[in-house]
Amino acid sequence: MSLVVFTMINIVGDPVDMLVNPESLPDEIERVRSDFGLDQPAHIQYIKFLQGALSGDLGNSFIFGRPALALIAERFPATLELATCALIIAIVFGLPLGIYAGLNPKSFGTRIIMGGSVLGISIPTFWLGLMMIIIFSVVLGWLPVSGRGDIGSFLGLESSAFTLDGLSHLIMPATNLALFKIAMVIRLARAGTVEVMSLDFIKFARARGLPPERLVRFHLLPNILIPIITVLAIEFGTLIAFATVTETIFAWPGLGKLVIDAIVNLDRPIVVAYLMFVVTLFLLLNLIVDIIYAALDPRVRLNGDQ
Amino acid sequence: MTDLLNIRKLSVSFKMEYETTDAVRNVSITLRPGEVLGIVGESGAGKSTIGNAIVNLLEPPGEITRGEVLFKGQDLRNLDDKQMRDVRGKKIGMIFQDPQTSLNPLMTIGGQLIETINKTINLYGSEATNKVIELLESVGIDEPEARLNLYPHQFSGGMRQRVVIALALAGDPDLIIADEPTTALDVSIQAQILDLIKKLCQERQVGVIIITHDIGVIANISDRVTVMFNGQAVESGEVKQILTNPKHEYTKSLIAAVPRGDRKVERFKSIDYIEGGAQTQRRIDLDQHWLGKKFTQHYSDTAISINDLNKKYSLKKAFLKRNRSYVHAVKDVSLSIKTGESFGLVGESGSGKSTIAKLVAGLVSTDKGSIKLFDQEVTNKSKGKDVIAARRNLQMIFQDPYSSLNARMRVQDIVSEPISYYKTASTNMEMRQIVRDLLDHVGLGSNAMLKYPHEFSGGQRQRISIARALASRPKILICDEPTSALDVSVQAHILNLLKDLQDDLGLTILFISHDLPVIRQMCDRVAVMRHGSICEIATTDSLFEKPQHEYSKHLLELMPKTDFI
Repeated sequence: MSLVVFTMINIVGDPVDMLVNPESLPDEIERVRSDFGLDQPAHIQYIKFLQGALSGDLGNSFIFGRPALALIAERFPATLELATCALIIAIVFGLPLGIYAGLNPKSFGTRIIMGGSVLGISIPTFWLGLMMIIIFSVVLGWLPVSGRGDIGSFLGLESSAFTLDGLSHLIMPATNLALFKIAMVIRLARAGTVEVMSLDFIKFARARGLPPERLVRFHLLPNILIPIITVLAIEFGTLIAFATVTETIFAWPGLGKLVIDAIVNLDRPIVVAYLMFVVTLFLLLNLIVDIIYAALDPRVRLNGDQ
Repeated sequence: MTDLLNIRKLSVSFKMEYETTDAVRNVSITLRPGEVLGIVGESGAGKSTIGNAIVNLLEPPGEITRGEVLFKGQDLRNLDDKQMRDVRGKKIGMIFQDPQTSLNPLMTIGGQLIETINKTINLYGSEATNKVIELLESVGIDEPEARLNLYPHQFSGGMRQRVVIALALAGDPDLIIADEPTTALDVSIQAQILDLIKKLCQERQVGVIIITHDIGVIANISDRVTVMFNGQAVESGEVKQILTNPKHEYTKSLIAAVPRGDRKVERFKSIDYIEGGAQTQRRIDLDQHWLGKKFTQHYSDTAISINDLNKKYSLKKAFLKRNRSYVHAVKDVSLSIKTGESFGLVGESGSGKSTIAKLVAGLVSTDKGSIKLFDQEVTNKSKGKDVIAARRNLQMIFQDPYSSLNARMRVQDIVSEPISYYKTASTNMEMRQIVRDLLDHVGLGSNAMLKYPHEFSGGQRQRISIARALASRPKILICDEPTSALDVSVQAHILNLLKDLQDDLGLTILFISHDLPVIRQMCDRVAVMRHGSICEIATTDSLFEKPQHEYSKHLLELMPKTDFI
């Protein structure tokens, strides 16, 4: 992966052109080039990068002059907060609506939910974000337009979700980011519900006289959660990695903005470090999914005491 | 004695957008406590619908249109949802067909039993646990305390069905409705489960309704029987009287279609009542036809010869050899099948009979041993033209007619595929003609050519499979449980067809089944398998009259008795 990233980024443009004043003298440009080690052949650069990476150093940003990893770590909490919030919104709204739609396939409410989920999937995020700003901030004046707001601390965690001001800043970008995921959770939950409700064990549970609440909570829910969790964990990765559009619209000081700037300025170390970070994140999430899987589904547990 | 259940003139229909299907019409049933009533019929006869209608578990859009369901004098149709839930589990317990799917896979069996006990008889905490243990003991599960925290997948099929029965009994019901309770189980387990149901029925004086397609089950367990056909109860009465002296034409033909374990008959009797009139079949003249073309090559007298065949499947993969574990599916099997013979392989699930079929057909690779088709070695180590030529002589017919045909291919393409692969027809016109003839010959008619598999019933699909197998002009057919997914009348048709084909074409058949009566009707010689090895090979008659091996005797004893028919 690091090889792919490194090669690709070496093909596009020369960062020195972006960094140096176009009126500089040629020997000055050469000096900058050798300072960053860019005068050496690509494979030497790569080996140096690898040596650094193994000791946890992914290089310094060309622009900020600070370690790329530190910059990412600085911005990460904001993005993580946004993504977590969006995920919670997606589950809290998506799951019940999806189950309702699955249980009452022909009701009027279901049609509205499913219609809404089609809109949620098809309306572009940036347009919806702009609309939300216009309605809630400009016209109604309920919520602030942009930024992150005050940061509170609770149980040692720092987040803007713990102050009222922070929350008012958070709610709109998080909802904006969540809308697509809500629609997806609704569809997954509905499909799962329809499928599981037609299975024999649900019928058998009904034949034993179990009330509907119990049926949904203990027999339906665990069984539909397995596929939903798989998808959501991966989606959580994409939320963190690609929240760029929402962050740009709401001027959220997260990773997305950092990366967009880095790409525009050809700040190679940040782009490479960011992509490495995203890859690691996805690997971690996959591991977590597997662990959750084993916790939820006894059939997956290895070395089962049969 | 008063009636436990009294169904009067029940009608159930399924209202679809354009048409209404009457699944049950005017059916009346009575049941007394401690009595076992069998409802028998073929798929689509409406027997399961009756069971579901009693406890109001009909799948929408099904609804009861007319009639009364009197349970202890009370009409269950007048109850609202909540009252109905109190009846379910507490007064009426249900047992479903497939124990693999009727338990929640994510909940321990103890959890499922306890939630049921909480609801039905309001016992909680340790009292509930004690009751669960008592229940599991009564259905014959050893060490119930240790097994409470196990999940359904940790039980075998038979054990799971016992858990299902325990669940049905959890609320001390007065009536148990068992919908095909043993269809998914092996014969030996079937016998145990039926004994258990019978015993519980007598001990607890509960009424039992057994819904099944299997006359053998009915004959073994029930006191009275109702025969269903096309939504109507065509005949009811004492089991003995119905089975020995059926009045209605349908009952007669149904009983005639049941394969007999006690003696061999030439063909199954005409059962045309069931499929609605005699089929007009145009058969082809084999002497003239492509299908009957004689091969110039000489074939030896031994069609299949298997020597010291072994196959292991790995259960647990590991880097180190000592950590790996295997199941020995086929263990040192040797047998030889003469040309033109029909050879049966019989055994319970997991005995390795299907694995042998796959090994012979080359679908899985062998670990050790040799397989020869007409003296040509075909195990994985040998490759080449001769092997391909030898393999062409062998075709397979699979168990499940639903998944063994490609749903996106037309019947004509399915059947013509082997012909075009082996290039046995010179022109497209000829190929199309051959396909048409083959479909006629298996009794489908040539207008089936342009249809897709889903437009056919199970029995018709199995005919398509047979036509496809014939299309490569095989000398050997392997039939792996070809009729176990089919109704008994359809089974009779398919078995007759296979017999005819064997006579006409001189096919060698390797017939695999768990069903002893079917084996008896179809095979000249039989091998009994258990745990991957062969217990006994004998001619069919001597096996059924004088079994030598203990296990063969055991299997024959478990065979449902139909001798009084």
